[in-house]
Amino acid sequence: MATTEEIADTIASFALFADLNSPQLQSVAHQFEEAWFPESERILRQGLTGSGFYVIVDGTCSIRIDGEERAQLGRGDYFGEVSILLGEPPVADVVALTPVRCIVLAGPKVEAFLTSNPRVGFRMLQAQARRLRNANRWRS
Amino acid sequence: MAELTERPHPPGDYPVVVVGSGPGGLQVSYFLSRAGIGHAVISADPSPGGMFRRWPFFQRLLSWTKPYAAADRSSRDFERWDWNSLLADEPPLRGLQAEFLDGSSDFPARPEMEANLAAFAERASIAVRYGCRWAATRREDGPDGGRFVLETTDGEYRARVVVIAVGVAEPYSPPTPGIELTSHYADTREAETYAGKRLFIIGKQNSGFELASGLLQWARRITLASPSPAKTSVETHSLVGVRARYVQPFEDSALGGGVDILAAAIESISRLDGSLRVALRRSDNGMPVTVDADEVIAATGFTCPLLDLPALGVATFGQSRLPAQTAFWESATVPGIYFAGTITQGSSGLKKHGIPSYSGAVHGHRNNSRILVRHIAERHFGIPPDRPALAERDVLGYLLGEATRAPELWHQKAYLARVVSTSDADGIRDEGILPLTHVLDSDGPDSIAMTVEADGAGSIYPVVYTRAGGRVEEHALEAHPLLDFETSAHRDQLASILGRVLPAYRGRAV
Repeated sequence: MATTEEIADTIASFALFADLNSPQLQSVAHQFEEAWFPESERILRQGLTGSGFYVIVDGTCSIRIDGEERAQLGRGDYFGEVSILLGEPPVADVVALTPVRCIVLAGPKVEAFLTSNPRVGFRMLQAQARRLRNANRWRS
Repeated sequence: MAELTERPHPPGDYPVVVVGSGPGGLQVSYFLSRAGIGHAVISADPSPGGMFRRWPFFQRLLSWTKPYAAADRSSRDFERWDWNSLLADEPPLRGLQAEFLDGSSDFPARPEMEANLAAFAERASIAVRYGCRWAATRREDGPDGGRFVLETTDGEYRARVVVIAVGVAEPYSPPTPGIELTSHYADTREAETYAGKRLFIIGKQNSGFELASGLLQWARRITLASPSPAKTSVETHSLVGVRARYVQPFEDSALGGGVDILAAAIESISRLDGSLRVALRRSDNGMPVTVDADEVIAATGFTCPLLDLPALGVATFGQSRLPAQTAFWESATVPGIYFAGTITQGSSGLKKHGIPSYSGAVHGHRNNSRILVRHIAERHFGIPPDRPALAERDVLGYLLGEATRAPELWHQKAYLARVVSTSDADGIRDEGILPLTHVLDSDGPDSIAMTVEADGAGSIYPVVYTRAGGRVEEHALEAHPLLDFETSAHRDQLASILGRVLPAYRGRAV
């Protein structure tokens, strides 16, 4: 359990929200909803439309494609944004490996959220660039 | 005559104990009795109705009942047009709210809703031990497994299965400096006592706008503030946001009519020369703002009065401290503790396109109660659910009829599904209405699940989930301007989907 004030304090330390001031963090905490998932529950479902953007507050998740684990995510990591940005269903399941506490923003709210918080959009772009660079390194 | 005045369900051992006598507790007790499962219902209140004994303060409910809708009041179809009556298998017990409307609105007044619930409790003979307050909970190991012990003001109740239906009704105020200078929504007084006052309302959800609407003619000035911008249900195409009934303060604000609606974080409240000063910081640019007011009201929501259940291991989340729940509304962390009523919004389902289940409202959670009892009956009492056989040729028409009319699918979009299974051993079976996440995440025979869904942009359409050989696929059917999903185009589209699971439909492509 956490109040929006506690959520605002917690996410202040996440790289994604590092550029936000205190009222902006509170606004983020109000716009996102908290969600809690028991161990082994699916949070994101491969191939299903209409999913959200998730930021992990506590716990560890597994990214699985056709049941095979591709990566793990932990506190401060996020997922679901790629399918929302592309308007396509997720290409992977995300499954809770431990009890997981997240904050969630509904898919249709993501574009307005990112355009009104451009520094969050920039941080997200940075993370995507890093992933792309690592993928290119791996290929070469 | 002693029997008539005797209070039912004295402390003792019961198969199931239900806590609460609001719509959730009454509905679950009704279905437990129908299933023949012995249970006690206890409630701290003196009479049935739960939150509707007190709220909403002003005007009327947010949920309609349309007495002249295109369905007989005693039919299942009428449930789609009646958000307020509890469900019953017997036609005379259905659609009771329609009886208690005075004709001035399709939104019942609070006393009309209370009368509807009291009539259901009486006519369905739901026995509640009123004035019996649940006070503490512990677990006890016995020779036949674990049991829960509920300590109450009347004594101890023991049961293997407990259903908590106590609502989300404990006032919550955030830990803002100076919050002790505010009063909570729950303590709102008669409207005329606010005459001529400058009111500052913390919170921009329905409760905040309900107060603002009710006090427009009394207050000198009204300010509403919270960190995020407010949206209306008309904008979100769902029940998310401020309901259209409370939209007048928006218009007054837009026209400069003495209402201000701010997106700002509330930093502190302090006393200043006989009035209160609220210090805010704007969400858009971080600039400070101060507002002076005669009264500050915290319309900041409610939490679940779960008492010591968290100490027993019940995980909770969010500002409302809702218990985390399985698809069948069981505590995700303490098996045997189930929830009914508005608390079932803690089993949030998929929230596709950001649209939540409507379990927070009667028209949503009353359906959950029926499924919950079916689940408890099967799992804890070995009572198998009805799974009537279906002829293969009837499946298509049956599912399109459900998508067009089924109140469960319309009130719990992308949350409850009509499920049909097929296997060599059992043939084709109607599995009933089940939670969608259960259908998606459990193993089982090949099946088809029909839901009604909305995309949050204005479209409502049926969605079919097929499970064939363990693989689940989602297929959206076309939307229709008049919400008729029984057209020949829908028949063709569904036939081609059913072909993945049912051989008779193969080759009937679009």
